[in-house]
Amino acid sequence: MAEYTSPELLTINAARLLRDGDVVFVGVGLPNLACNLARRTHAPNLVMIYEAGIIGAQPARLPLSIGDPTLVSGALSVCGMYDIFALYLQRGNVDVGFLGGAQIDRFGNINATVIGEYDHPKVRLPGSGGSMEIAAWANRCYIITPHQKRRFPEKVDFRTSAGFLSHRKEREEAHLRGGGPQAVVTDIGILQPDTNGELILTALHPNKTVEDAKANTGWGLRIASNLEFTEPPTERELTILRDELDPQRIYLKGGE
Amino acid sequence: MSKVYSLSEAIAKFVKDGDLIYAAGFTHLIPFAAGHEIIRQRRRDLILARATPDLIYDQMVAAGCARKVIFSYMGNPGVGSLRIVRAEIEAGNLEWEEYSHFGMISRLQAGATGLPFMPMNPTAAGDLERVNSKYRQVIDPYSGEPVVVVPALKPDVAIVHVQRCDADGNSQIWGIIGEQKEAAFAAEKVIVTTEEIVDENVIRSDPNRTLIPGFIVDAICHVPYCAHPSYTQGYYDRDNAFYLQWDEISKNRESVKNYLDEWVYGVRDRQEYWEKLGEEVHNRLKVTPRLSEVVNYGSY
Repeated sequence: MAEYTSPELLTINAARLLRDGDVVFVGVGLPNLACNLARRTHAPNLVMIYEAGIIGAQPARLPLSIGDPTLVSGALSVCGMYDIFALYLQRGNVDVGFLGGAQIDRFGNINATVIGEYDHPKVRLPGSGGSMEIAAWANRCYIITPHQKRRFPEKVDFRTSAGFLSHRKEREEAHLRGGGPQAVVTDIGILQPDTNGELILTALHPNKTVEDAKANTGWGLRIASNLEFTEPPTERELTILRDELDPQRIYLKGGE
Repeated sequence: MSKVYSLSEAIAKFVKDGDLIYAAGFTHLIPFAAGHEIIRQRRRDLILARATPDLIYDQMVAAGCARKVIFSYMGNPGVGSLRIVRAEIEAGNLEWEEYSHFGMISRLQAGATGLPFMPMNPTAAGDLERVNSKYRQVIDPYSGEPVVVVPALKPDVAIVHVQRCDADGNSQIWGIIGEQKEAAFAAEKVIVTTEEIVDENVIRSDPNRTLIPGFIVDAICHVPYCAHPSYTQGYYDRDNAFYLQWDEISKNRESVKNYLDEWVYGVRDRQEYWEKLGEEVHNRLKVTPRLSEVVNYGSY
């Protein structure tokens, strides 16, 4: 079996969740790599759109910020910020959104705003950006994150964006357009919502254990009865990532 | 009367202490030279609004220009934390008002279109609406369902950097167009900084590319390389190395002070700043041309 780093494992598993033809609201870093990997493997017709107002980007180099000029050159369309959120996201033209945050709780709610009290922050985080709307209106949301106890509390300090709120029913009653988080890809495995909207462990990566997952989750993590094991990263996936997409290992190097 | 000013004249004439400033640009076309000029002229108590405060507001906050920031994503794009704004907020020294990107841009959209507020579909997240009372819910009179509303944002001054404009301020932008048009239409006064001032005929040759009409522009400043370390599509690249470097500089007060002394107070204007950056940086940020196909408007 090939050697790989934790970011490589996350990226490859995120890429496999994407479907051909998906319109994806992309962020820089691992989501961008995952989309480009999917485009070069099983999803050649994936459409990448960026909150900077870029539709159908085909970056010729690795974008280093959400507004990198390489995203514009060769794109299908460029629009203003109001339009990207209104015409594309709010209107329901986005299939997939990627989200991240400092905390993800039992029901997939995300905190990207503050640790501690809002008015007297212990740690002030960057804030919502587009994540409040992506979480509400993209048809499917995926979260990519290292699996650590402090990142997976029972309840987030601040709910920047909605998962299933307190229960799947509560999200359904809010009549949001999007379906909410469909999977959380971590370096231990994959969490997915059960019928109540609670995140449970549905798959483990090679050489990881249920105990690893439980020990690194801040609530009593439940295990799916049909727990699966992810396929190890293939040579082809690793080669595309390493040789074509991030040759300088800016996002793919080991560590966090 | 000509609206063409030097940047220093325009800032002196149009930016007052206490003003609400919107220096536009989503990663692209951020008017850093104008931020530096405001620092040099020692404006105080400004309210600085931008979706992404970026390094321009980090530097202005570090220099003591601001009493408040309004934002929707406070990070160093592609790098991490925006250290000065973050530290000042954590220390309780800086007021802030916070939105999601759509909330922020909807405020500008309302301001730009002369509406009192802008409705958005609910997101159910709840907490940002709870802590920021400018977010309200009202009932859609047609469906009876709730919608979220935010009030119009009307900056005293918008500063917008563009690729090219004519001497009347008819301004053309391409690449990421972010919120430039909305900021300009929402503001009381508009300062345009431009890479090039071109003949009116150049503008008229491609009217679809004109986002800002000259008659809403108050000042036009010819400032090549105004956006560095941000970028101008087709003119020069983003200086990602500087964004990384600022992450180090902004870790302590002494190095921030040294930076401001050397690169802001220590230079007269953008031209001197650009020359000081030197050939290595100039070459690194050069862009290979990639031209669009010409479009045919037809002669009628």
